[in-house]
Amino acid sequence: MSDWKFMARQLVKNPLSLAGLVIIAIFIIIAIFAPLIAPTPEGHRSPYMIPRDGYSATPQPPSEEHIFGTTQGQYDIFYGVIWGTRSAFRVALVVMSITVLIGIVLGSLAGYFGGVIDEVIMRVTDIFLAFPALILAMAIVSAIGPSLKSVMIALTVVWWPSYARLIRGDILQVREEDYVEAARGLGASSARVIVRHVLPNAIYPSLIMASLDIGAVVLSAAALSFLGLGAPEGYCDWGQMTEFARNWMVGPPGDPFKYWYAVITPGVFILFFVLGWNLLGDAFRDIFDPRLARR
Amino acid sequence: MEFRAYIIRRLLLLIPVLFGVTLFIFGITMFFSPGQRATLYVSSPQQMRDLPGIIEQYGLDRPFFVQYATWIGQVFRGNLGWSTVVSMPVAKAILHYLPATLELALVATPLIILIGIFFGTKAAAQKDKPVDHATRVMAILGWSLPTFWLGLLLMMVFYGYFRGFLPPGRLSVQMEVVVNSVDFIRYTRINTLDAILNLNGPVLLDALRHLILPVITISTVNVAFIMRLMRSSMLESLGKGYILTARAKGLDERIVVNKHARRNALIPVITVSGYLFAALAGGAVITETIFSFKGMGWWASQSALRLDIPSVLGFALFMAVLFVLVNLVVDILYTRVDPRVRLGGGVQ
Repeated sequence: MSDWKFMARQLVKNPLSLAGLVIIAIFIIIAIFAPLIAPTPEGHRSPYMIPRDGYSATPQPPSEEHIFGTTQGQYDIFYGVIWGTRSAFRVALVVMSITVLIGIVLGSLAGYFGGVIDEVIMRVTDIFLAFPALILAMAIVSAIGPSLKSVMIALTVVWWPSYARLIRGDILQVREEDYVEAARGLGASSARVIVRHVLPNAIYPSLIMASLDIGAVVLSAAALSFLGLGAPEGYCDWGQMTEFARNWMVGPPGDPFKYWYAVITPGVFILFFVLGWNLLGDAFRDIFDPRLARR
Repeated sequence: MEFRAYIIRRLLLLIPVLFGVTLFIFGITMFFSPGQRATLYVSSPQQMRDLPGIIEQYGLDRPFFVQYATWIGQVFRGNLGWSTVVSMPVAKAILHYLPATLELALVATPLIILIGIFFGTKAAAQKDKPVDHATRVMAILGWSLPTFWLGLLLMMVFYGYFRGFLPPGRLSVQMEVVVNSVDFIRYTRINTLDAILNLNGPVLLDALRHLILPVITISTVNVAFIMRLMRSSMLESLGKGYILTARAKGLDERIVVNKHARRNALIPVITVSGYLFAALAGGAVITETIFSFKGMGWWASQSALRLDIPSVLGFALFMAVLFVLVNLVVDILYTRVDPRVRLGGGVQ
């Protein structure tokens, strides 16, 4: 318990990690209260589809009705970025939790039993790690058909091998500990030894890495959406909203920044969301890397 | 002798990985109907009109492993299928678009490594001083920036605000004409290099003008990464006994930092060059797409968008093979730099 207190104190003490905590807290509040901040218009088919005000291609500047302006195709930017927060959290949580789960199962099997099982699982991770991540994700998404679900599947496929390896490594260390030997000696089954004795002591590094990786997952998802491989058109998705701005980054002569609102806003949301997680992750790394903490 | 055994072991390990990679790639194609898969075997426009014939010829309705064997045979013969997006064979398209990507990587990589090492060293040498805090904030910020958004912002300023100063593409129209003329010999299809070889100043300037923004875009994220890595590696190295000795001898602090500490701190930076390759390859897809810098990344994203499967998979296969080879070379270099790795048996 004192570990957690120590960690909490360290996080609050450092201005950078405190900033990270505040940013994430704000995003959590935005995600929870999205229906209040940006109410879905009555009779709209889905809260995750951005309401549009006409079909004109030209983005419209911020006005009373659309406080952040509209994108091309008149999608409301304010509504999109607010509800987009939920999409970002969903992608991050779904991808990360499935990734960690697969990592735990395969990593434990490989690390605890060793031998042929280990060899097979590790060779499979080799195959997946042989691809540059974004390129593999791109290939998978285009093969199973572009959608937000495909993006999540692709990112999980890309990410799980690193976790399987990490957890395997930690398990290899823990399984030699005396208390594991003792549990085995008392006749506990393999499953019991893994779940009760090995995993609880081996899992922390991967949970921390997962929090470090959330920023990267959201960034990759946004990149795929930006390339047009993600959510369907009009979905509340920051990457896609940035893509909408691609044709409008240069204004007419004499007014080069005319469409700034369409370019800046969704990007700022991605940047801060990822920044929040990375600030936290950076602090985590310092706290948990004793080699650096001593100095 | 041990070194040779290590290399042989590593080369043997390549076989199952490459087998797995091709099996996986081919597995992905099974999401498609035989008609769509047929384009994987096409090598000319005429064949494109006779897909049922192709299905017949390559037995695309036969069992998985039979089809895999046929396909891998074609791959070994250099036939990766037909790219509908650019209307040429995939293998040819890879060669066609490789120089542009290479150009981007050749300029960006040294830049990333040098800047990263420079600031990483500075930050570690002055730990907890303003320089350290500044680089730390810059690194986290750089690491969090969406590449595509950074590209858009840069274009907004340097293409929009400074009317056409740093335009997208690889060359302006006039220079394109020069480059395609008979007098200009395209040795490498890397524009900057060809311009130098042809002693053509205007083309060189124009090519550089088109390179600046993509290079900045692709470098920002990766500089942040190298910087952080170098910092922590330097900190570790600065805490070693021989540094204390060097300082006790009364050596100039600059020599202690730049020679004694930095040389050893560079080792981890070599290890991540493999990673850097993957990051550049992924980054190139986004950067080239934003700036219409027509390299492999641009071609791949266009293909993915239009579900041109042979192109996407051919590109992925090519990148995976390259990545595996790069990692192998890095590992072998690493044993040269740090003999401990070899003695320990090395491979994860």
